[in-house]
Amino acid sequence: MNNLEKPLTANIRPGKPPFSLKEYEQAGGYQAVRKALHSLTPAEVTAIVKASNLRGRGGAGFPTGQKWSFVPMGADAIRPRYLVVNADEMEPAAFKDRMLLEGNPHQLIEGIIVAGYAIQADIAYIFLRREYTLPAKRLKTAIAEAYAGHYLGQNILESDFSLQLYLHESAGRYICGEETALLNSLEGRRAAPRAKPPFPPVVGLWGKSTTPNNVETISNVPHIINHGAAWFKGLSHSPDGGTKIYGVSGKVKRPGAWELPMGTTLREILEEQAGGMREGLKLRGVIPGGGSTDFLVEEHLDVKMDFDGPKQAGSRLGTGTIVVMDDQTCPVGLVRNLMQFFARESCGWCTPCREGLPWTARILAAIESGQGRPEHLARLQKHTRLLGPGHTFCALAPGAMEPLQSALKYFEEDFNRHIREKRCPWR
Amino acid sequence: MLTAEEKKEIEAEFPRYEQKRAVCVEALKIVQRHHGWVSDEALIEIAEFLEMTPAELDAVATFYNLIFRKPVGKHVILVCDSVSCWIMGYERILQHLQDRLGIVLGETTADGVFTLLPIVCLGACDQAPAMMIDDELYGDLDPAKIDEILANYT
Repeated sequence: MNNLEKPLTANIRPGKPPFSLKEYEQAGGYQAVRKALHSLTPAEVTAIVKASNLRGRGGAGFPTGQKWSFVPMGADAIRPRYLVVNADEMEPAAFKDRMLLEGNPHQLIEGIIVAGYAIQADIAYIFLRREYTLPAKRLKTAIAEAYAGHYLGQNILESDFSLQLYLHESAGRYICGEETALLNSLEGRRAAPRAKPPFPPVVGLWGKSTTPNNVETISNVPHIINHGAAWFKGLSHSPDGGTKIYGVSGKVKRPGAWELPMGTTLREILEEQAGGMREGLKLRGVIPGGGSTDFLVEEHLDVKMDFDGPKQAGSRLGTGTIVVMDDQTCPVGLVRNLMQFFARESCGWCTPCREGLPWTARILAAIESGQGRPEHLARLQKHTRLLGPGHTFCALAPGAMEPLQSALKYFEEDFNRHIREKRCPWR
Repeated sequence: MLTAEEKKEIEAEFPRYEQKRAVCVEALKIVQRHHGWVSDEALIEIAEFLEMTPAELDAVATFYNLIFRKPVGKHVILVCDSVSCWIMGYERILQHLQDRLGIVLGETTADGVFTLLPIVCLGACDQAPAMMIDDELYGDLDPAKIDEILANYT
């Protein structure tokens, strides 16, 4: 592919239809499938991906090659074996996977075939959120083209490898993006998460090995196979390999998403890509990686947006899609909005999440509307601990607590002012 | 009654999954596509067709917010209420939609044309505030633009 600095987006033409199979092939597409199937063993593919330091782009950052190496590969391993692409992008403020799904579906399909080969999958599903109607349409076309081109199905390109790929369109609910909830959803059940361990690569769909990977993660795979692990690591400003699709939303001059070297600083993303704040507005804080990450503030603008940078500053890279909060937006209202989202989207399976999230949302709504009492702040603090890691079945509620706990830290005076003045100073 | 066409569409999904019940979400969507929503009668028939109990299927149907267990209007408006849209003026957008349609969230207009529902982040944060009508996404909304869009739906 011609633009080696921005492999993921080089062949995306904004505002235009994605490459057809023919155009994709002309741009060098499906060479990674040929290379993998004809000249590499599955273990060699996994080793290259491991060496590339590709880490999961869904938010958790788990090393992709390592995840693949958990798949039981012996001759007596249970079949069929599954690969699932998580295209259930629903994290508040995340819109990066949409760009890849709409912009270059063949790139994703090629990644699925190569990843599927590495773990010797028999069946792959793309789990797509229902509202992504344009991605669905484009994926269906591309999948049909890939079958017709003999990149999918039996004995792909005359090799011994066969793979079926199905598009599974969901029907709503944020929790489906949690990898084990997603498995229940695919099986036609309520999307409550499952206990881990066992992890899905060992026990997944219908009890069989199932490897879940994010859209952006898988879209990187063809390029790593084509150009090698060293090249991929070299794209990055950090030890985590590759580029990252960063997004910015909120009151900046140019909201959008851009592919940049992993480890680009927050400042560069906000100022050079997003064009800085709109006229007359000042930056108060950012949520750097989707709704379930801790706020960062102005002192953190030089943080490198890789997996370690935001962590050291007390937050997470998450999805790498940044929400900007300006000085005319009420922090209490913003966090109330987030808590209402998480309360509504709780699957209801475990008590702390089902009961605790609506409670925090109610307290925040009370504070925002001028009904707040001084003891509310201590109660919110307590919730951030009791809904934190180790108290709930999955990561939804602990994720919800991240923006809340950091808002209480950085914007304490705004909370106090609401309580003192018995009103929202922004309304 | 499940029509022959609906049954055929549901059966076409079977080879994709190890178990019949895995098709249930899609089956509910197929029936919804034909009828707009999933009635008790339809739910019982789908359950039978997939060898599930009605209670098992209803537990699934009522979990997913885009399966409608009550009648909805001809067009369903999904207004994104997540954080980026909230920052960019969701409240004003919602107010305008409610005023113009004469309904609040969760309701259907008297003429049965529109149902107004909240939705999680639509992944259109770079064009916030955003909404969907049926399968169509609309971004960078303001009251005037909403009026123009709604005029295309009858």
